Amino acid sequence: MTAAALLSQFVQLALALALAPLLVGWVNQCRAWLSNRSAPPLTLPYRTIRKLFMKDAVVASNASPLFRLTPYVVFGAMCCAAAIVPSLATDLPFALAADAIALVGLFALARVFIALAAMDIGTAFGTLGARREMFVGFLAEPALLMVLFTASLISGSTSLPSIVDTLAHRELAIYPSLALAGVAFTMVSLAENARIPVDNPATHLELTMIHEAMLLEYSARHLALIEWASALKLFNYSCIGLALFFPFGIAQGSDDWLAIALAVPVLVAKLAAGGFALAVIETASAKMRIFRAPEFLGTAFLLAVLAMLVRLLLGS
Amino acid sequence: MAMPPDSTTLVLAAISAWLLIGALGIAALRKLRFVSRVLFPAGAAVGVGLAVAAFVAIGAPPQVAVLPLGLPDLPFHVRVDALSAYFLVLLGAAGAAISWFSAGYFRSSEGTPPGLICFQYHVFLAAMAFVLIADDAYAFMVAWEAMALASYFLVTTEHRIPEIRRAGFLYLLIAHVGAIAILLCFGVLQGGGGDYTFGAMRAVTLPAAWASVAFFLALFGFGAKAGLLPLHVWLPEAHPAAPSPVSALMSGVMLKTAIYGLLRVAFDLLHLQLWWWGAIALSLGLVTALFGVIFAAAQTDMKRLLAYSSIENIGIIVAGIGLAILYKAYDKPLLAAIALTAVLYHALNHAFFKSLLFLATGSVLHATKERSLGRLGGLIHRMPWVAWLALVGTLAIAGLPPLNGFVSEWLLLQAFLFTPTLPQSFVNMLVSIAAAALVLAAALAAYVMVKFYGVVFLGRPREPSLAYAKDAGKYERAALAALALGCVLLGVFPGVVIGALDPVNLLLVGHSTGEAAGDWLLLAPFGEDRSSYSAVIVLVVIVAVVLVTMQVVHRYYHGRVRHADPWDCGHPLQTPRMQDTAEGFGQPVRQVFEPFFRIERHLPSPFDDKPRYWLKPSDPWWHWIYLPIARAAEFAARFVGLIQQGRISVYLTYSFVTLLALLFFVR
Repeated sequence: MTAAALLSQFVQLALALALAPLLVGWVNQCRAWLSNRSAPPLTLPYRTIRKLFMKDAVVASNASPLFRLTPYVVFGAMCCAAAIVPSLATDLPFALAADAIALVGLFALARVFIALAAMDIGTAFGTLGARREMFVGFLAEPALLMVLFTASLISGSTSLPSIVDTLAHRELAIYPSLALAGVAFTMVSLAENARIPVDNPATHLELTMIHEAMLLEYSARHLALIEWASALKLFNYSCIGLALFFPFGIAQGSDDWLAIALAVPVLVAKLAAGGFALAVIETASAKMRIFRAPEFLGTAFLLAVLAMLVRLLLGS
Repeated sequence: MAMPPDSTTLVLAAISAWLLIGALGIAALRKLRFVSRVLFPAGAAVGVGLAVAAFVAIGAPPQVAVLPLGLPDLPFHVRVDALSAYFLVLLGAAGAAISWFSAGYFRSSEGTPPGLICFQYHVFLAAMAFVLIADDAYAFMVAWEAMALASYFLVTTEHRIPEIRRAGFLYLLIAHVGAIAILLCFGVLQGGGGDYTFGAMRAVTLPAAWASVAFFLALFGFGAKAGLLPLHVWLPEAHPAAPSPVSALMSGVMLKTAIYGLLRVAFDLLHLQLWWWGAIALSLGLVTALFGVIFAAAQTDMKRLLAYSSIENIGIIVAGIGLAILYKAYDKPLLAAIALTAVLYHALNHAFFKSLLFLATGSVLHATKERSLGRLGGLIHRMPWVAWLALVGTLAIAGLPPLNGFVSEWLLLQAFLFTPTLPQSFVNMLVSIAAAALVLAAALAAYVMVKFYGVVFLGRPREPSLAYAKDAGKYERAALAALALGCVLLGVFPGVVIGALDPVNLLLVGHSTGEAAGDWLLLAPFGEDRSSYSAVIVLVVIVAVVLVTMQVVHRYYHGRVRHADPWDCGHPLQTPRMQDTAEGFGQPVRQVFEPFFRIERHLPSPFDDKPRYWLKPSDPWWHWIYLPIARAAEFAARFVGLIQQGRISVYLTYSFVTLLALLFFVR
């Protein structure tokens, strides 16, 4: 482990923390354009987070310490995840500590904590949100792991940097297994990040909420941390998708600062394109009833298993 | 320097000590104070000693001894090898914590007097230890039966309640069906030589067909004890019936003796492994795991929920054993060793977190007199010790990093993932689908545990009486804390345990997981470039981020907090009944997996005075297997009944005809 590698690790983490709200702002802006509304400024998520940090926190009188601890744990888990997803460079010393399976475990850790916190106050909407979130989670998590397994079968490794290294050096062609896995991954990401068609991040109707219903009791700095963590989650998922399916432009090695510097604009461009695609998907589809979600995510799971089988049996 | 006493002596000493403590319990039948303050803590101390002695013995060469007990010419053989020693560590460590908890748990109100409970409890512990060291079929079966009987009496501690007697009977019945299969298995294994020592069985070379018979008898027999489908039905009945420390001991430790038996037969006594055994065990294990976790999600009784969760974990363990057999059969010893490591590690983890959770339900039960999830809630305020320690167990069993449940799942998934080297594409396909099923079961386990923890400890109390719940006493707290600490340490330093597992792997599959797997910092069984996991670093990073964020937030933004009523989107009227009930939380799973359940529903009609909606999901295996068998038995009995006339002349005629027939045949 070199000092340069460590430095690139921190640069990447800092970039993730800084860019994540921007990505959310960009997606919101694209959505507004596509639905012919005037768009909010790109920096709105930053301002929201800043505003929330400034406010007094209101906590329900029957909240337990778990409720106040959760935003920090969720934020910590997401930072941890951001440190192992290769977004700029593949030489990440920290990636040794957690591979793709552990990454899914980190996401699960955040989800379980946030669901427990939602049940802590004991309100109807909170428990409803927790139940739905865990429901979507247990359907989405296996599909996500299957996608990652397909990628790791190709590279013979579950370590994300190795996967990216391998995938980036393949010849340019369409691989059926990766194509299937890509579709599955997109579906899972929509569900996991509480986007349309599974959830609607902009909803104000409590009965249809999933993710938002769990946060109803949070305010001020706690809410700010959770919002930031959610943005980081979207950023992480985007980076995983880009790393698996468009692994080009990610710097190999850590001492090549030029490559890392070049990787930044490439990443921003890829994220912009990905964010736009997300906005298109969200605008073009309608939110499903909650009990349609198993069909949606079951399809994703089957596609991912199919991808794995295609890889195993046909080797393509 | 004096030689340290060999491990068989130490283990036998521990067993004798437990039996002695049990006998003292009989002597002090109703002296609750003596039993709980002296005998149970002494039993815990013996457990710690056993765990330490056995831990040392894992790395030592096998020790054998012959005991002058048993029938004439049929002495008991005992042997402590790496496999026995590993499971003895599990027994000693989990048993010690559970005994310590029992010291604070048992009160005089239970049906059986405390001294008798103490006797049964320690006989149970001693029998389990003897099962693990028995080296001939006779000693094994004697210990196995002693274990079943002791646990039967413990399950029926409150024998005045008819349901508890019924649950105990069911348990005893299935235990004996299993025991018959195990006995037959040993009969096959001895290969006609008539020598029932395990040493002789190792020397026998069975033809593949007989070896398969032996394996499946073992899978059936030990599966009945472990709770494999379709022999799992006793678990959800016996666990709620038993006192909580007994549930913990049965679920955390006794199920593992069945796993031990299966490993002993499959890898040690049998000299060959066929790939299709592995495929069947793998499929059966995963079906069990999925079934168990889906049913756990629908339960409304906290101990039944945990019982179904035990079925799930046993399913995962058996699936791992199947995978190890598969790899062994295809001559991939490294992969087999990793699958086996995952199995053994998961067995240890399960002993810790499941004991922790069962004991926590015991504390909740004592504090609230409630087992039904629908009448609990909000206990984190009233019982903070139990709640926070149970949180550790909950996160561990949900398979979340950096706790211990995640490590074994990670290892097992690693073993699944590097399969494409197997020669048969059918098996490759099976293994990858199995990986998918395993992942689904693991994800569902998180759902179930959020339900368990959220409904019991979080939210608002669903009953006013819960406001008077008291936290657990100091013995109970200490035991829960020890188990929680175990979960954390096993999660954060897995390399230490995995390194110690090398002798077991060498014994069973002839290959160790290698240097890299046993590193204290980094777990990398296939080398760092293929996969690695370090719980220490993950934990440190998460904790560091949490602390730094807290510091930054509190330093740069005023840390004012106002307390107010819950907002709940401004709904003015909120009652605790508006929270999700256990049924409500399980409803999505019930809906998605509806074909798995057999559901009775009652929908109120619009004209009912007091409309009530109820819904009772039940285990379909009762209807698929057990009730048909019961009906067939009754049907046969009716025919047998035809010849019972109740008149002495008719019975004399039967005797006469029988005599004639015998004379005709025997002549």
